[in-house]
Amino acid sequence: MSEPLLTVKNLSVDFHTARGTVHAVRNVSWSVSRGETLAILGESGSGKSVSANAVMNLLDTPPAEIVSGEILYEGEDLLRVSYEKHRALNGKKIAMIFQDPLGHLNPVYTVGWQIMEMMTAHGRPSDLARTRALELIARVGLPDPEAAMRKYPHQFSGGQRQRLMIAMALMLKPDILIADEPTTALDVTIQAEVLALLKELQAETGMALVLITHDLGVVAEIADRVVVMNKGEIVETGTARDVYHAPQHAYTQKLIAAAPGKGEIRQLDGAAPLLLEAKNLCKSYGKFTALRDVSLTLARGQSLAVVGESGSGKSTLARTILRLEQADSGQALWKGRDLIAMNARDLLECRREIQMVFQDPTQSLNPRMSVYQLIAEGWDIHKLMPDKSKRRARVLELLEQVGLSPEHADRYPHQFSGGQRQRIAIARALALEPELIICDEAVSALDVSIQAQVIALLDGLRQRLGISFLFIAHDLGVVRDFADTVIVMKAGEIVERGPTAEIFEAPQHDYTQRLLAANLDPDPDVQAARRAALTHG
Amino acid sequence: MADLSLAKPANPSEPRGPSLLSMLWRDKLAFISAVVLILIVLFALFGPWLLGDMAIKQNLRGRNLPPFSLDRGWQFFLGGDSLGRPMLARLVVAAHSTILIAAGTVFSALLVGAGLGLVAGYMGKTTSQVIMRLADVIMSFPSLLIAVVVLYVLGPSIPNMILVLAITRIPIYLRTTRAEVLEVRERMFVQAAIVMGANHGRIIVRHILPVVAPTLVTIATLDFAFVMLAESSLSFLGIGVQPPEITWGLMVAQGRPYLNTAWWLAFWPGLMIVITALSLNLLSNWMRVALDPAQRWRLESRKTKNV
Repeated sequence: MSEPLLTVKNLSVDFHTARGTVHAVRNVSWSVSRGETLAILGESGSGKSVSANAVMNLLDTPPAEIVSGEILYEGEDLLRVSYEKHRALNGKKIAMIFQDPLGHLNPVYTVGWQIMEMMTAHGRPSDLARTRALELIARVGLPDPEAAMRKYPHQFSGGQRQRLMIAMALMLKPDILIADEPTTALDVTIQAEVLALLKELQAETGMALVLITHDLGVVAEIADRVVVMNKGEIVETGTARDVYHAPQHAYTQKLIAAAPGKGEIRQLDGAAPLLLEAKNLCKSYGKFTALRDVSLTLARGQSLAVVGESGSGKSTLARTILRLEQADSGQALWKGRDLIAMNARDLLECRREIQMVFQDPTQSLNPRMSVYQLIAEGWDIHKLMPDKSKRRARVLELLEQVGLSPEHADRYPHQFSGGQRQRIAIARALALEPELIICDEAVSALDVSIQAQVIALLDGLRQRLGISFLFIAHDLGVVRDFADTVIVMKAGEIVERGPTAEIFEAPQHDYTQRLLAANLDPDPDVQAARRAALTHG
Repeated sequence: MADLSLAKPANPSEPRGPSLLSMLWRDKLAFISAVVLILIVLFALFGPWLLGDMAIKQNLRGRNLPPFSLDRGWQFFLGGDSLGRPMLARLVVAAHSTILIAAGTVFSALLVGAGLGLVAGYMGKTTSQVIMRLADVIMSFPSLLIAVVVLYVLGPSIPNMILVLAITRIPIYLRTTRAEVLEVRERMFVQAAIVMGANHGRIIVRHILPVVAPTLVTIATLDFAFVMLAESSLSFLGIGVQPPEITWGLMVAQGRPYLNTAWWLAFWPGLMIVITALSLNLLSNWMRVALDPAQRWRLESRKTKNV
């Protein structure tokens, strides 16, 4: 292997917070060579972004303090060069792209201006910048570069914005591109396109790519080498293949085992009584049709997954069934009674039987209520459990059921981690002894290992308590592990439905096939085989 | 940098916070403010009863008596006013009407404004439009003009002043509340409450109001000082508080002609207004932290200084 281009040596960074010092990273070392892709893999809180931010001089000091270490680029220690020198390197030699392209594009300037600024800010003439910008916008695959230059960020989709960010990063032909979760906010099919683009561009320019991610699939798809981080330390390094097939460290093994989509696919067992039946639901916002003739059936004790990309109408479906939105037409029969046309009093009764778990537990739990208050609120609303002394015992029981401990009852949501918060939300749903729980992307905001735990929890509840689930997700791996039947939605319509095994093993509709193909497998060999099949087939 | 927030220890030691009193002790500035405010409230309650006579007793030989001398007794320590009445006694007595008017105004404006704001933010478009246009009407009048007209018609008295001042302050609370409610009602936990079957009243009182309240409290404390000064300008025009009743604002207005010769006439009541307003601000700042479970730890930890 050639001489490394960028080397991070024994970097330790502390964060001085009001609650004491946090060792964000300890003795982290990695390096990347020209033309190589290095993935830094870790869950939230593992410190995976910290070293890259140190390279870019993006750490705020204080609260951060670089305790020790050096970052070598072209023989110079980037931690010791002057601010001016660092600024000249940033963007020019080392560029970075971020998870949320909308947050990093200024909404009041045209994208063309912002892309050109990359060059003009480094003192290049603007006509040169303009030619280069046009060239790159075409290169990253946006139609009509001239028109695109004159548009504003909100006029592009998420995937297009990420392409623009990449174009911007490449303006000055950097040696190193650092990508911090570049595809996390994107749909699977778009994710696959963006990763392919990054790869092509790397092959063309020979730049080094440092990719920070939590997703094993992304690592498998694109990385040559991988650095696995946990709690601020590097636990394992190696080529992507070796790390996946022969993980040495216990943490890596756990992480790989937690990756969804490897278990047995469940078979539907027998016929159960029908619980929910939606008939021809339609909903449109102005000219935009969110739902078009959507029908589904769900039997007691079963789990039905609704998959689709963003904008496919899967969340709207849940919201219309729950009457958070009023459907334009159609029926949603709950035990034979239509939820859509129901009056307020009957609806209240049904609300007890149907509960929902939202995507982001940070937002779905009122920050000013304690866990006890949150869980007990449903009893107040439905005037259940009038005996207050029994409530506490029941809350503690519920906490135990979802894997939390009794002393958690008097704490507030912010004192918990993301996974724990989702457990609280599940406990709240269970408090009313529902027959159906609707999960709207309930695990997609969680880390992989926690995701696996929550899925196992939900599955246990389904088996023990016979609760049905309507499971809305974009992550096909999770769906494969959890669902009995699957509905695939696209642009407000159901394009395919069937038992999970059929959908995953013999998808009929061409959109389903594309969706499955774009879903990244955590195994690098599988991904390589798929890529080979794609180029030759 | 989402990682960093999660890198913090997830479970701080104490599940239940300490009592409000110990949290107040933790923030020394807020503690002093609370003591000062209690003192002022005591003045307001018992001042007229204890020092009422002394405050109106004229003594022409002690006209504009300079402060900081005990020759004429303790009551003249802060000097005498233009009719030789002791400043100290007058300040204490004036607390009564001042606090009554200011608190009455702020409280009723807060109540009405927040109530209408919650309705306007939560209910449909028509209700909201009606309420907001009413607020626009109030706001488009110069507030002093309404006050002058209304007080001229109704006659100057303390309840009328509260009424007039409250009406002019309502739109501020109304607009703030509505704006916040519009944002909060879209939050996920409100949706979660709807899904659980909570009715409108419960959603407003249990889920929206607690989130909006800190902002309102902060505005109310800022408003307190404003109302004290607005009251003084009405009194200055002769349609506010009528002598012999006194307020700090009126004392400032009355002291104005003597600023060159006897600064203490306007200075002491002015200082009282500043101290009251400052104490309220500090206390409300503390309250905002103490009432927010996510911030409360700042007042719990042993070593940290005031934040």
